[in-house]
Amino acid sequence: MTLSISLTVNGVARKVELDDPRVTLLDLIRERLDLTGTKKGCDRGQCGACTVLVGGRRINSCLALALSYDGADVLTIEGVAKGDALHPLQAAFIDHDGFQCGFCTPGQIMSAIGLIQEGQAGDDPERIREGMSGNLCRCSAYAGITNAVLDVQRELIERDRRNVA
Amino acid sequence: MNTFEYVRPNTISEAIAAASAPGAAYLAAGTNLVDLMKGGVARPTRLVDVNRIAGLDRIEPLPDGGVRIGALVRNADLAHDVDFARRFPAVAEALLSGAAAQLRNAATVGGNLLQRTRCPYFYDVASACNKRTAGSGCDARGGDNRLHAVLGWSESCIATNPSDFCVPLAALGAIVEIEGKAGQREVAVESFHRLPGDAPERDSVLEPGELIVAVRLPAEAARFAAHARYLKVRERTSYAFAVVSAAAALRIERGKIVEARIALGGVAMKPWRARAAEQMLAGERLDESAFRRAAEVALNDAKPSGDNAFKIELGRRVVTRALAVAAAGTPERIPALPASPFATVPGVLHV
Amino acid sequence: MSEIAISHAPAHVRHGSNIGQPLTRRDGILKVTGAARYAADNHPPGMLYAVLATSTIARGRVTFLDVAAAKAHPGVVEVMTPAHKPPLALDPDAKTNPFVFRLDLLQNDRVRYANQSIAVVIAETLEAATEGAALLSPRYETEPARVGLEDAESFVPPAVGIGNPAVVRRGDVEAGLTAASRRIEATYETAPQYHNAIEPHAIVAAWDGERLSIDTPSQGLIMAQGRIAGLFGVSPNNIHIRSPFLGGGFGSKGLVSGPQILGIMAAKLVGRPVKLVLRREQMYGPVGHRAPTRQTLRLGADGSGALTAIDHHTKTSSSTFDDFFEPASDSSHTLYASPAIATSHEAVRLDTGTPLFMRAPGEATGSIALESAIDEMAQACGMDPLAFRLKNYADVEPISGKPFSSKALRECYAQGAERFGWPRRPLAPRQMRDEAGLLVGWGMGTATFPALMFQAQARAILGADGRGVMEIGAHDMGQGAATALAQIAADGLGLDLDEVEFRYGSSDLPDGGIAGGSGHTATAGMAIHSAGANVIAKLADLATGNERSPLYGAGNAGVVARDGRLFRRDDESRSESYGEILARAGLATIEARGASAGDPAARSSYAMHAHGAVFAEVKVDPELGQIRATRLIGAFAAGRVINPRLVRSQYFGGMIWGASFALHERAIMDSRSGRLMNPNLGEYHVPVNADVPSLEAILVEEHDPHVNALGIKGVGEIAVTGTAGAVANAVWHATGIRVRQFPITLDRLI
Repeated sequence: MTLSISLTVNGVARKVELDDPRVTLLDLIRERLDLTGTKKGCDRGQCGACTVLVGGRRINSCLALALSYDGADVLTIEGVAKGDALHPLQAAFIDHDGFQCGFCTPGQIMSAIGLIQEGQAGDDPERIREGMSGNLCRCSAYAGITNAVLDVQRELIERDRRNVA
Repeated sequence: MNTFEYVRPNTISEAIAAASAPGAAYLAAGTNLVDLMKGGVARPTRLVDVNRIAGLDRIEPLPDGGVRIGALVRNADLAHDVDFARRFPAVAEALLSGAAAQLRNAATVGGNLLQRTRCPYFYDVASACNKRTAGSGCDARGGDNRLHAVLGWSESCIATNPSDFCVPLAALGAIVEIEGKAGQREVAVESFHRLPGDAPERDSVLEPGELIVAVRLPAEAARFAAHARYLKVRERTSYAFAVVSAAAALRIERGKIVEARIALGGVAMKPWRARAAEQMLAGERLDESAFRRAAEVALNDAKPSGDNAFKIELGRRVVTRALAVAAAGTPERIPALPASPFATVPGVLHV
Repeated sequence: MSEIAISHAPAHVRHGSNIGQPLTRRDGILKVTGAARYAADNHPPGMLYAVLATSTIARGRVTFLDVAAAKAHPGVVEVMTPAHKPPLALDPDAKTNPFVFRLDLLQNDRVRYANQSIAVVIAETLEAATEGAALLSPRYETEPARVGLEDAESFVPPAVGIGNPAVVRRGDVEAGLTAASRRIEATYETAPQYHNAIEPHAIVAAWDGERLSIDTPSQGLIMAQGRIAGLFGVSPNNIHIRSPFLGGGFGSKGLVSGPQILGIMAAKLVGRPVKLVLRREQMYGPVGHRAPTRQTLRLGADGSGALTAIDHHTKTSSSTFDDFFEPASDSSHTLYASPAIATSHEAVRLDTGTPLFMRAPGEATGSIALESAIDEMAQACGMDPLAFRLKNYADVEPISGKPFSSKALRECYAQGAERFGWPRRPLAPRQMRDEAGLLVGWGMGTATFPALMFQAQARAILGADGRGVMEIGAHDMGQGAATALAQIAADGLGLDLDEVEFRYGSSDLPDGGIAGGSGHTATAGMAIHSAGANVIAKLADLATGNERSPLYGAGNAGVVARDGRLFRRDDESRSESYGEILARAGLATIEARGASAGDPAARSSYAMHAHGAVFAEVKVDPELGQIRATRLIGAFAAGRVINPRLVRSQYFGGMIWGASFALHERAIMDSRSGRLMNPNLGEYHVPVNADVPSLEAILVEEHDPHVNALGIKGVGEIAVTGTAGAVANAVWHATGIRVRQFPITLDRLI
């Protein structure tokens, strides 16, 4: 049996033929769409390395059955930069050394984008830490991660203030 | 993971028909089910994906002042619904203390009610587990059971229910709306989960094919909004299941408790409503010793199921503290570390 | 070796233009865009997926595998079992040296630990292979599992760590204890821990006749190449391993593991490329762990608070079939002056996977016990823990009597204490509360880690275009080798960093040694430094020997390399570019090799260690017992710092590992089945972001003329030590309760 689904991945509409209902969104994008930036660390929703945005919301793609996401708009780490221009969070992660081995980094960055879009943390470092706690970093670059998110949040807050003024 | 038939009904009745077959399971976000399938703990032969059923994703105010939460409302959406969080702050705080943001963005209200235990012997398919395989035994007895139940357990199962959300729901008298082949029915959250007894394989009162369609909070539950908290003791600051948790909600008039609501999490296979303790508090002053006495009553029937006697005293202390922080008043905004002891506001702890 | 011989030629490099700069990571853009290709991201044409089936018993035999059921599953191509596998050229149980570990490669039906590989299912899709492995439904003949330190007879291991003596004595400990006016004896227990790199071990293997192409994370490419060559009976030259990125290693990727070899065997069996990635739960067994310990410390001190004796005994475990003994007691060799020191180890053999080096192996485990005991002794003497440590400051290495090659520990203590506010600490426990009423405690610990050097080689190439290439099979597992080593290379070549191509992470490059023991920057860095010096010397010979060069005749004065030019040392107005020199000589490129190894003479004369002081604040809920490490400040002196931005990250990582050691990490075994009961990241707790709100690392300046010419000591592991004890001591100071079982859990505090 072949099941057909449509996805928008990083802005590109894709028709995907699935020969197997068991394929997760993570395995679909990694093994069948060759978007390997998204990582598999635990495959059980316990590490956050597989975080992607679906409809602008961060989720663990390892626990998402691909079939169930028919029609979804998916953003992965490959779709974050605009050409050579890094997303401010990507640049901030580099500046603050918010990673070492880099394996959890795509998930961290997608999670941070989701966090900012959720609008719950603001520039409160404690809320950022809590909001980023679904992304494990075994190298323990947490201080850099928090500072990177904080920087971008403050920039956004400053920009909004200017826009209002 | 075994292969399965995937069906995606558009209506509740189609879903119920599809899910009434043996081996069928409902799929919402899958944050628990897909994990269980990967581990071979669950091997459904048909998945009935309910995500496309219209109308189950709404938070609806009811004419009587209550609120009806569709089963497909995502945990994060409910917790961040401004009106809901204002009226039912302990529920929002419990939701935000559970799992991580990614999981809360996906996980649904109905799914949260149905999440399975974290007992390691349930997950470890090589172990005997009466909940996973009826009649196979319980390797948690005599095994690693430091975090297991101290209330309502039986010789056949000492597992606990891991939900945070269900704890304030039970305390606040929430109702589960269910539809099945036989029609619609309603069950209080407090009665929705089953204690293990001699049939631990059944977590809830749901019959095969029955679908949770909504959870309802009654209007009177909002009357606790000014004094309602959730407190969750964990072994990591975030992203950890409760060792013990408690929801406490008070109605206070002229310095006295008019009505109290208390439920515990992490202590039993269901959210544990402590009615006797609630009744004891009615008419009491806001006083640490009254909270402590209520906590004693709440844990009155507790007994260790293994290497977990500490959870009984911890449970008393969690209830005492939850009452104290509830008495101090619901904070303007949910703390940065929801339900954490490290979010305690100045002055609440007795020094 | 002729290139190495000329390294004393009078050509010099100006240091400091690249070394010491806080550059951002050279691979940063690849890592933040998802373009960095880790092993499991490879997908050669025709690739199949392999999934391990692992044992659910800890000891016994596999009596049945339902191969037919697995093969009947759509998409399954092959099932590799002990009865059906490609032959190996070497017995996986043969042990030729201590660095060769015995592997489980389906050599027979024996099961020696839970989660051991017992079959491999190979399929067209990952989903089919995964289910195929489940369908094997193994049956076993089970024997009782032994997984606790009391479950087997103990013995004194022949060696601990890699080749350290199990028992070491200096002075008369019993006499020291007898003479002491204060004595303490305490037993500390540490739990088994698992590395849990977020990248699971993974391999993509493809055979082409006798040639083998591999993508797999490795902290030791050439050792892995040699091991694989031996097992398959092929020449190492026919094996190409690519490991440009490791998703963390922490020791678990130092030696090639059994599952990685099984991936290669699977590819051989099916004659197609194969990808094998461990499932998270399969990381708990076949790829190493930190063994549990039970450590007893006996300390004596005189009336002034001077230690009279240190006796440190460790009981630990190895597997039933191989040797790795956590050298925990060795922590007492270097830190505190005492006229008498005795360290000893005993061990039992358990039905577990073989333990392995895990970030600060022995050092971390021993440190938490020693630093706790020192804290207990300070308390017994009524002394401030820092004052007590200063009282017992070791000016020479206590166990050997050797002078230290350098030791800025006093500065670490002073700078860390000041920054932390340590002088305000009340001596007695349970004295401090925060504004919410939470208990607050302050604790400290001393950090130390040996400055090790291994052997490595590098090749330097300068081109007529003025650009340089440095090649070394070095490993970036997150510590920042790709950046820091490139900085050393740029200085070694006298070039700007942007003019240097740094090639690493591949087995076809010169042997970069192993990335372990915190010795990689020193070892690979020295090989790079030497290769750079050698190629510059060759270039200098071309110039100074040619009368048409402005540098002609500078041989005696020497030349200096800088900015792509050679300058006459005594007259910098005379210079020539690399390109001009090469062009005149008619050369497109010039190259030289360099090698490094520890200097045996210096190493026999000096004790070489990095040091540090860690100060920790914890908060503990007085009734609920929940703990949070709210502030960690570490001051570390580790010789020359190549890149302070990256070094700070290494210290932060180590400090969080230390806090995790004290408060979180613990593998739980079922004593009946021998199975791990929390083989996942949900219940095997490692810290999350919210666990560590405040971290600071102070880089204390230290110049070491003896460790190596660059003065590098290594920073990867030291911060785990000291921190674990500091956090544990802070918990005591907050609560007045001394917990001697790690991790400290809240049930012990209520």
